[in-house]
Amino acid sequence: MSGHSTYQPKTGFERWLDARLPIVRLGYDSFVDYPTPRNLNYWYTFGGILSLCLASQLITGIILVMHYNVGDAFNSVEHIMRDVNYGWLIRYMHANGASMFFIAVYIHMFRGLYYGSYKAPREVLWILGCVIYLLMMATAFMGYVLPWGQMSFHGAVVITNLFGALPIVGPAITTWLWGGFAVDTPTLNRFFSLHYLLPFMIAGVVILHIWALHVVGQNNPTGVEPKSKADTLPFTPYATVKDGFAMSVFLILFAIFVFYLPNALGHSDNYIPANPLVTPAHIVPEWYFLPFYAILRAVPDKLMGVLAMFGAIACLFALPWLDTSKVRSMRYRPTAKIYFLFFVVACCILGLCGAKLPDDQVIPHLTTFKLIDADLNSFVWLSRTAALYYFAFFLVILPILGLKETPLPVPDSIASPALSPEQKG
Amino acid sequence: MADTAVGATNEPEHGSDPNRRDFIYIAAIAAAAGAGASLVWPFVDQMNPSADTLALASTEFDLTKVADGQQVTLKWRGKPLFVRNRTKAEIAAAVKDDNAALKDPQTDAERVKPGKAQWLVLIGSCTHLGCVPTFGGGDFGGWFCPCHGSHYDTSGRIRKGPAPKNLAVPEYAFLSDTKVKIG
Repeated sequence: MSGHSTYQPKTGFERWLDARLPIVRLGYDSFVDYPTPRNLNYWYTFGGILSLCLASQLITGIILVMHYNVGDAFNSVEHIMRDVNYGWLIRYMHANGASMFFIAVYIHMFRGLYYGSYKAPREVLWILGCVIYLLMMATAFMGYVLPWGQMSFHGAVVITNLFGALPIVGPAITTWLWGGFAVDTPTLNRFFSLHYLLPFMIAGVVILHIWALHVVGQNNPTGVEPKSKADTLPFTPYATVKDGFAMSVFLILFAIFVFYLPNALGHSDNYIPANPLVTPAHIVPEWYFLPFYAILRAVPDKLMGVLAMFGAIACLFALPWLDTSKVRSMRYRPTAKIYFLFFVVACCILGLCGAKLPDDQVIPHLTTFKLIDADLNSFVWLSRTAALYYFAFFLVILPILGLKETPLPVPDSIASPALSPEQKG
Repeated sequence: MADTAVGATNEPEHGSDPNRRDFIYIAAIAAAAGAGASLVWPFVDQMNPSADTLALASTEFDLTKVADGQQVTLKWRGKPLFVRNRTKAEIAAAVKDDNAALKDPQTDAERVKPGKAQWLVLIGSCTHLGCVPTFGGGDFGGWFCPCHGSHYDTSGRIRKGPAPKNLAVPEYAFLSDTKVKIG
């Protein structure tokens, strides 16, 4: 960030290496001496937690490939579960690790949203994060197909058919994606190949993400840039210890799922081998896709539903230019804070709606009246309301609110709110 | 070069002609780009259905296996195929709705072979997102898709729900009164 390095090679070997490949210097400058804002709270530990998740998924995934057989996919997963030494542990770590990864990434994203971490000069940092999120979704989807159970198969059918909604080129694209006339073994084979590739692409973009972070510096809960040495603390030991503690707590949650609730986040239908002739009665994606699935189903038209779903993600990319507020952190934007809270609630409601059948009643045994195509007391109308708020938040509220609201006074520096009013003068 | 003769052709030293250098650059880049571009198609097209997948594209089916009012599901091109022996009541219900408000207008006669109205052959893949609809559910006596609630009538036409099109009728022909070739 500041550009000049304070690394002092201590041994002869370090001096020799530093003149040839200054890798120790890079590590020292990035993770030891790197100045971090002194007021980072626990919401800021999820970046480190996400690196841990990526490492865990890469290690367990590479091990699973040693035992997985794409030609006999369903049976080889059962072979991993029953016969391979500790196969059950490694597979449960990988399957639940995906859910943990998404829990962490959603918290990380909401944190960025609340503290305005997407605002200048962090636009590229934010967009790289959005790219990572997109790659994560593609990887998770293709990974879920690999066990080749009923949910794997029909999930793949539904998602690949989304592209069929595109006019003219749609059918050609789906045939191309499938490598046949339907989802079949060629589809599984290519998904396996891509599921192995994409995590390394994620790792590559993560390096760019951290690079961009270290160029512009970390944001912090006040949203005020560090101005003096009083505003920052060295990464080690302050951030490392805080990150380490957060990781430990996170790992306890992870372990609870792996050891006590390994299938709580999955669907029992996926333990039935894929059968193209029968669709499970209730087909839902993994929990982390539910909000987008609800947006898809909220729109009665197929193409418009698909566009709305992709548009929901596109909003994230455009966010740096949609929010017009000059104040970065919502800590000093009392009105925005309320809208943000509603946004989080809307996302959770969309997630709930995605898990339910569209025509089910929200309040049991209450029939109201039919509005257009469904009863008002149905999940389809609840998801329409929430989806409308989701888009309004990005496209209406953030652009207008930034110009209209009266923010609270922003502190002069990070260190100053910690001082008493007398000291402030 | 001080005493340049008037009227002589101006021939600069070999290798310092900027136009010639530019031509080599452009030609080299164009050749590399052309070679790269010509490789794009093989790398894209390899994902399309392979020759052995395409070779499995047609199948024959013996209709005597399907009793009146029964439906047989077979696998064709990796998708379910419904062969339904419709009852008189089902045909009558389908014909009656020929002029109803249909999302994807088609008469029942257009969806069967002439004189073979009892035989309805459909690709059993919902035109919304490809789930397999089940017979006997829904509001129109035909198929119902459990995934997103599309209702089809006894002719396989979309009547209600998110699906945009009728259940597709594949290309097929009667080889004899009791045998069809699909695909």
